[in-house]
Amino acid sequence: MTLVEEPTTADAPQKEIGKARRRKEDARLITGKTTWTDNMVLPGMLHLAVVRSPVAHAKITNVDVSAAQQSPNVIAVFTGQDFKDEQGSIPCAWPVTPDMVNPGHPSVAVDEVNHVGEAVAVIVARSKTAAQDAVELVDVDYDLLPVVLDMEEATAQNPSLCHDHLESNESFNFVFDAGEAGTGADTEQAFADAEVVVSRRFVQQRLIPAFMEPRSVVVQPQGDNYTLWSSTQIPHILRVMLAMVTGVPEHKLRVIAPDVGGGFGGKLQVTPEEVLCLLVARRLGKPVKWTETRSESLMSAHHGRDQIQYIDIAADREGNLKGLRCRILSDMGAYLRLVSPGVPVLGAFMYVGIYKFPAYRFDCRGIFTNKVPTDAYRGAGRPEATFAIERIMDELAVELGMDPLELRRKNWINAEEFPFTTAAGLEYDSGDYEQATQQALELLGYDELRAEQQRRRESGDPVQLGIGISTFTEMCGLAPSRVLGSLSYGAGGWENASIRMLPTGKVEVVTGSTPHGQGHETAWSQLVADSLGVPFEDVEVLHGDTAISTRGMDTYGSRSLVVGGAAVMKAADKVLAKARRVAAHLLEANEDDLDFANGSFSVRGTPGTGLSIQEIALATFAAHNFPEGMEPSIDGEATFDPVNFSYPHGTHLCAMEVDTETGMVTIRKYASVDDIGVVVNPLIVEGQMHGGLAQGIAQALYEEAVYDADGNLTTGTFVDYLVPSAADLPHFDTGNTVHAAPGNPIGAKGVGEAGCIASTPAVVNAALDAVRHLGVSDILMPLTPERVWRAIHQGGDGGGRATAGTNAYGGAQTETTAGVATDASSLGGDR
Amino acid sequence: MIPAPFAYARPSTIDEALQAVATGGEDVKILAGGQSLIPVMRLRLAAPETVVDLTKVAELRGVREEGDAIVVGAMTTHSDVLSDPLIARYAPLIAEATETVADRQVRHRGTFGGALAHADPAGDLPAVALALDAEFVIAGLSGRRTVPAAEFFVDYLTTALEEGELLVEIRVPKREGWAMHYEKFNRVAQAWSIVAVAAAVRMEGGRIAEARIGLTNMGPTPLRASAVEAALAGADATAEAIAAAAEHAGEGTSPSSDLNAQADYRQHLATVLTRRAVSAACGL
Amino acid sequence: MTQISVRVDGADYSDDVEPRTLLVHYLREQLGKVGTVVGCDTSNCGACTVHLDGEAVKSCTVFAVQADGSEVTTIEGISSNGTLHPMQKAFHEMHGLQCGFCTPGMIMASIDLVNDNPDPSEDEVREGIEGNLCRCTGYQNIVRAVQQAAGEMHGRTDAADTLGAQS
Repeated sequence: MTLVEEPTTADAPQKEIGKARRRKEDARLITGKTTWTDNMVLPGMLHLAVVRSPVAHAKITNVDVSAAQQSPNVIAVFTGQDFKDEQGSIPCAWPVTPDMVNPGHPSVAVDEVNHVGEAVAVIVARSKTAAQDAVELVDVDYDLLPVVLDMEEATAQNPSLCHDHLESNESFNFVFDAGEAGTGADTEQAFADAEVVVSRRFVQQRLIPAFMEPRSVVVQPQGDNYTLWSSTQIPHILRVMLAMVTGVPEHKLRVIAPDVGGGFGGKLQVTPEEVLCLLVARRLGKPVKWTETRSESLMSAHHGRDQIQYIDIAADREGNLKGLRCRILSDMGAYLRLVSPGVPVLGAFMYVGIYKFPAYRFDCRGIFTNKVPTDAYRGAGRPEATFAIERIMDELAVELGMDPLELRRKNWINAEEFPFTTAAGLEYDSGDYEQATQQALELLGYDELRAEQQRRRESGDPVQLGIGISTFTEMCGLAPSRVLGSLSYGAGGWENASIRMLPTGKVEVVTGSTPHGQGHETAWSQLVADSLGVPFEDVEVLHGDTAISTRGMDTYGSRSLVVGGAAVMKAADKVLAKARRVAAHLLEANEDDLDFANGSFSVRGTPGTGLSIQEIALATFAAHNFPEGMEPSIDGEATFDPVNFSYPHGTHLCAMEVDTETGMVTIRKYASVDDIGVVVNPLIVEGQMHGGLAQGIAQALYEEAVYDADGNLTTGTFVDYLVPSAADLPHFDTGNTVHAAPGNPIGAKGVGEAGCIASTPAVVNAALDAVRHLGVSDILMPLTPERVWRAIHQGGDGGGRATAGTNAYGGAQTETTAGVATDASSLGGDR
Repeated sequence: MIPAPFAYARPSTIDEALQAVATGGEDVKILAGGQSLIPVMRLRLAAPETVVDLTKVAELRGVREEGDAIVVGAMTTHSDVLSDPLIARYAPLIAEATETVADRQVRHRGTFGGALAHADPAGDLPAVALALDAEFVIAGLSGRRTVPAAEFFVDYLTTALEEGELLVEIRVPKREGWAMHYEKFNRVAQAWSIVAVAAAVRMEGGRIAEARIGLTNMGPTPLRASAVEAALAGADATAEAIAAAAEHAGEGTSPSSDLNAQADYRQHLATVLTRRAVSAACGL
Repeated sequence: MTQISVRVDGADYSDDVEPRTLLVHYLREQLGKVGTVVGCDTSNCGACTVHLDGEAVKSCTVFAVQADGSEVTTIEGISSNGTLHPMQKAFHEMHGLQCGFCTPGMIMASIDLVNDNPDPSEDEVREGIEGNLCRCTGYQNIVRAVQQAAGEMHGRTDAADTLGAQS
């Protein structure tokens, strides 16, 4: 007998959106069949090594490259003098004020160096080994200048100058005042009238993105065309910027981001090394490669955070918020890179958090210091804002004698008040803070832990317990182009996608949003599978090559799904619109009489008339029988520009044990409930949350880029820059509520940064909650055991750390001087 | 990073190794497990003329019993130490400390003798060797000599090993029936000790008859907490007595100040960790 | 130059290497085994982890000459006849990777761990992979993956917790 299949059209196939699809990307990543930039080998390829400044601030009086040039297999050595007329300046795309001071940023130093690790020469050799051997043969004479490292000193009376040709160390002063903007009341008046004012100084320590794949660049010249591969988050932006900086015409330059091993904002950059590789390849007409060492990466790739925040909050005795005033010093480092000044500005509108402040003022000064530039790092501006507001809310609660959650509840935006326009002028889209909070409290086991905390306090247990709260929101989906324009950003925030229907019914999706671990290939396949009714497996997602994905704005700011995914949906709509016209023609029906379901068009009320999208694709390929006047293509392209940001929110709770004898803090339990809108792939979402939490917790507990008094980075290796391992992080209990974002066709809000933004204050609040009864009201981040112990036993905020690196490996931190000869260590043995 | 070039020798006997060291030129480094030396060479903080690799010297590897001591070959890896029954029985403190060294990959390559000869004050095994009164057997072209642990660690990264000499084995007195504990304090799992305390106690009834306390990273060399040992000798094994004795742990120490801890905090940690180490050893 | 003979992922190689050549550079540059990567200079990150004579080592902290006469297994040598190793499968199933750069080293270290400890607890897995840094995942799904693979490698079917969309 013949097996007759049940007709499946009656049962709609399971929707792809919402399904925990295993990732397509994994197949190559778990087998080592990867295409990291450093894997690439081209015939005749030369290798670059960069000679870097061992001093933080100096005039270069002489560079002697003769010994390096004589070194075996060295082809050429270039200095700033060789490239000064063609290297231009590393671009800064975000002049946040009209009078912003930008000193210019040479890729290789010409007359002066302004931070340790700045490039002073480039070795070009036949092998990586030969290039590195020659690095220490370059002899540079430096005439030392005073070093500017501390922002408060840099802005005091008569400071030393980071750039001696500038008048001050200030790059810009960006102010947002709700009273002036018409989005709130007069802030000074609000404070003058307030019953209670609490003021605090918080420090956002300097962090290093510390992506796992060191940066790498390969350039291949072909006549006057160039192909550049880079471990970058932003091949599209990079192409435009490199063309503008080097004068290589944009249409002669192709940029490819192959497999990229993480970024976190750290690869959202136009780097000196990318410029130098292009210049050297152009000069020599040969393919070149540069791959950094980890020490180079920590020392010369841009850093993140680094702000001092002076926060004032005003309220009445009942806990009703009256005003918020934020003065920020934001460390730019020695130069302005791509969006250095924009980072604090991205936070400027988020300090009010989820609360209904009637008055708000934000005043941020960007300051130059002789350190590596800062720029985007996961959250970029919003973690700083969230930390400030969530920490000061706890401080206010203490001042008022209120429960910190009650204070929050009393002032947050209620579910029925959305959309809500804040004092910062942003219109929050959707959410329910109460619901997320209730769910998080249950997930944590809040009441039991509070009871245990009480018991430990009463018994004087040397290990105290605290619970920290962070009820946060953020702005995601960067970004509405007109908003970026109003903030003087140099580009738009749209995203592009196109969908190509292949003759066999397979689908190519081209996205301008370039992934580096986020799982776009999987999630975009899910979107298209649902939209077009094609199998998930039949979709291929193409990205990261400006010759394939010709238009794009790349990946950062939790924008990919919200903006890039929306573009894919819009492109699919266009494919369907064209396919419908073809279907109507082939089915000899009116377009309006067609239903589209499960990948097929059918004439309403006429069973058995189905025409699948694959059949239409083949018919389009043949184009033998096509609607009159219609081009034989059903491909679709769309560019989506959101009208508003999206606003994920959530409640994060951290239970922390503090060993009062040693100062060691240990996370006992971490629970978070986030509302990121509609979830396309819960597996990917959960992974993004976990990773964000890890980085946010790491800021609170482990990581800090420390410079010594001379401006040497003492956390110059992973021995001293503490990226936590599995053993150093807790299990996370995560949950979701879902309130769809109204601003995009998916309803997604963005998830990439949420965990990183929300967790840091939850962790610090938890530690403080554990020891506040011992007289502690603040501890500087990271909460090293020493700082916690000092805060408990000596008062204050734990104080500064010694800046010497650990003596591990006999002082591995002296690697910050890589590029100059160092004394051989006196090591006798072995670990 | 790539190390600077060097000449490489891979002897298969101790005698060959000594010859290779003797003929290696001005700056010879002995490569044991390489887990500290190779990173330092990659960073070009060390650029030896010759590297003498002991990996193939089979006679340097393994643990054996010899009278009232166990003898640990210098090239016995940390992994070998962890699974060795003699160490588990007579010197469990070594295993306990070894388990905290770096991570499993490093423990597969890193060696007991290499860690001791490196004499990193933040390394875990020197303080253990000191607490256990180990003896270091050193071979040179002119013969062998034995140096007690108290004289082996001379200064920061400096030992009693003279130029041309090799550490070949470490003799550890059997301490069956002693209670031992290694208390390590660090910020992240794979890091070096900020401070650690190696404690071994011999109990008689409810009293501590004898105690030996080694301190990690409390000075340029590992240190014995002699004042604590004296206070513990004959003391009741009570929380109060142990705490009182541990208060002396900072005496005579000269710890460094770095990112993780300043000197006064290290001295405080030493008292807390000493109390905890001794208490744990005593089963409290 | 020193001549070495090494068996890598089941194939024999004889090559001349400079003594200073690190095993990972030999694998990547002379053998084209680019699945194994370099993430740091100080033996902290574990991205370069391979098996040397059956034990996990950091191939950036071993000289190629030291592998003479030895057998090396990399991430490219653990699946057979197109069948993924249970650890590879589990990393995929449990979403134990994002950018994937740490993944080869993480998988090789995890196999080594499970060879020693066939049924590790969550804490034992976390301690067992302390020598491998991941910046993307927060490790939780890696831990799940290792526990699931341990079950499969040692014939248990009750392995680990099943993957909820949210836990």
